Amino acid sequence: MSKKKLFSFLGGIKLAHRKEYSSEKAIAPLPMPKKLILPLRQSAGSLPAPIVQVGEKVNKGQCLAAAEGWISASLHAPTSGTIRDIGDYPIAHPSGLVAPCIVIEADGEDAWGERQPLLEHADSERLDPETVQRYLQSMGVVGMGGAVFPSHVKLSKAPGVPLETLIVNGAECEPFITCDDRLMRERAAEIVSGIIFLAELLEAKESVVAIEDNKPEAAAAMRAALAARLEATANHIRVVVIPAVYPAGSLKQLIYTLTGKRAPAGVLPPQLGVQCFNTATVYAIWQAVARGEPVISRIVTVTGNVGRPGNLEVPLGASVADVLQYAEARPESDGCLVGGPMMGFLLPDYDAPIGKGANCLIARSPQFFPHKAPESPCIRCTNCAQACPQGLLPYEMYWWSRARDFAKAERHNLQECIECGCCSYVCPSSIPLVQYFRFAKDALRTAATKKEMADQARERFEFRQFRAEREKTERTQKLAQAAKQQSAKLAAENANAAPAEDLDETRKQALIAAAIERVAGERAKVGCDEGANATEAALAPNHGNSA
Amino acid sequence: MEILVAISVMALGALVLGSAIGYAAIRFKVEGDPVVEKINAILPQTQCGQCSYPGCKPYAEAIARGEAEINLCPPGGDEGVHQLSELLGREYKPLAEESQTEKKASVALIDEADCIGCTLCIQACPVDAILGAAKQMHTVIIPLCTGCELCIAPCPVDCIAMKPLPETPENWEWPYPQIDKSPDAATHAPMPTAAADIQ
Repeated sequence: MSKKKLFSFLGGIKLAHRKEYSSEKAIAPLPMPKKLILPLRQSAGSLPAPIVQVGEKVNKGQCLAAAEGWISASLHAPTSGTIRDIGDYPIAHPSGLVAPCIVIEADGEDAWGERQPLLEHADSERLDPETVQRYLQSMGVVGMGGAVFPSHVKLSKAPGVPLETLIVNGAECEPFITCDDRLMRERAAEIVSGIIFLAELLEAKESVVAIEDNKPEAAAAMRAALAARLEATANHIRVVVIPAVYPAGSLKQLIYTLTGKRAPAGVLPPQLGVQCFNTATVYAIWQAVARGEPVISRIVTVTGNVGRPGNLEVPLGASVADVLQYAEARPESDGCLVGGPMMGFLLPDYDAPIGKGANCLIARSPQFFPHKAPESPCIRCTNCAQACPQGLLPYEMYWWSRARDFAKAERHNLQECIECGCCSYVCPSSIPLVQYFRFAKDALRTAATKKEMADQARERFEFRQFRAEREKTERTQKLAQAAKQQSAKLAAENANAAPAEDLDETRKQALIAAAIERVAGERAKVGCDEGANATEAALAPNHGNSA
Repeated sequence: MEILVAISVMALGALVLGSAIGYAAIRFKVEGDPVVEKINAILPQTQCGQCSYPGCKPYAEAIARGEAEINLCPPGGDEGVHQLSELLGREYKPLAEESQTEKKASVALIDEADCIGCTLCIQACPVDAILGAAKQMHTVIIPLCTGCELCIAPCPVDCIAMKPLPETPENWEWPYPQIDKSPDAATHAPMPTAAADIQ
């Protein structure tokens, strides 16, 4: 296998790995809880629509909610049981707010429904990408690294750009997390089958499995699994060990490390001839196409201040409390992080369920996370700028975010921030920089939504005015036309009615009849156009002003 | 003779420059008043008429003419007044007394059981956000509703109410970091442990 040059990205930091607590523990299944709460929001994009009723019995793997629109993924039952409720429950989110969920009471049988693997009948002919995309969407496959972006969307190539490099992300750069490490060690064969499937489907020129150098066992297992498959060599699939510098597993940094390509803002990886999937996602894709199993569980690292750290295969919808209890979380812990210590968030409610993106739970305690000194003023030491892997100036962005001058923060490329936490980590003044950036980004997002809605309202208001104006002119025109016709009729009658002495009398009567007719006609019109009249009345001062 | 040359040179110059200015006036004509557009872009476009003008644009025009104060728009809030004062160089004033109350973002909701289908609210809605027909039930298209409350007064059966938009994980915002408190000072719910479960 050829050895290619690696590129090292800007900034980044060396962190204590802390993976030893859980990395040597084999993946174990979490005992099926009695109640599962499945949030409909399990992917980026639009929510899937529930297709089951309360009280309905469902089988394991049965679809509960169908994808709506293209950027959306379906949701399935993690076990057999009865639908108990469809309603709002707290979800694993930093806000601690409730969101629509489907609640299943497990019947304990864990009985599978019918499974229809895509590859069962289709192995002879080539699958077309669209069939695969629709299938993966219906199987609820999303990015399992945490971003939960629907995977089928990422199977679309940029028009006219061949896929040079398919990247399988096994970097797992955050401390503590070992779920991808364990998955690669224990289920390498399935992952390799998934990579071969994707590489052939996307016609990738080469595929790279990127693994950080602190996981030699995973790299060895993947290499062995690749060596066992002839297709792996044919498709140029190789394992590349990359230096463990946080955040090496972040999309842009990983692409740069492996290919030297930099994606400017707004450019998606396929436009550079690159696509990237997490190892757990590749595994989920293979489980779906080869075995017909939708995404109904995920591997969660549970570590930190717990008695039994390790990696658990957790059915979706099991609560964080279920997992923490199983792992014997120590009572003196002061909170639980969802995700890694750098990018994760403190969970406000332990009843929140595990979703497709929850890769790690860390019970917090001062032993693992020593108390940070309170925030002190920025001394502009620029440590943050040196650590920033995106090449930004966090101290400038902080200044403007703190002053709530979001436009200036945006001018310092706030939106390019990946919230990796390097700047907060190195800050000697203990400023929670990322918190300020999240605050500023959300404020900008809300302002953009408001602006969009205001623009829409203005357009609709202006169109309504235009319509009222148009209806008014149309009505006047109609009336004028009717009057014209009437007078023409009268003139014709007059010409015919010859006797001079009767002329006055006949004409008078005709005029009266015409007037009655016109008034009646107008009345009928006014009756049905009352609304338009009201609008005109309301708008009258407006026209007066603008005139 | 010389004086004639001088006059004709000046006249020629005047003609050339005059026609250049005349051409520029036509070629680079500014449609409408750009200030009105800028003011209108700051206004929230609820079209609610709380400023006493029939819509946001008429209010913007009144401000541009110098007839209206900049602090008459409650939906725009304090921030809107600040933006207007910055744009126009007028002094900032707090929201006018009668329009003091800044309200939470709300949308109108029709109690569909009570609706008699009179179409009065449809005629009142400035952004065509109510759907219905005569003697048929009406409903508010929530994503289009600006929360202007203009539909409430005309309803003869009082079946329209304003409902505040709920906070969801989608529209939730990260709060401003608390400076005076160390991040660990916050209290947490007790850890769910096996022992707690047995109790």
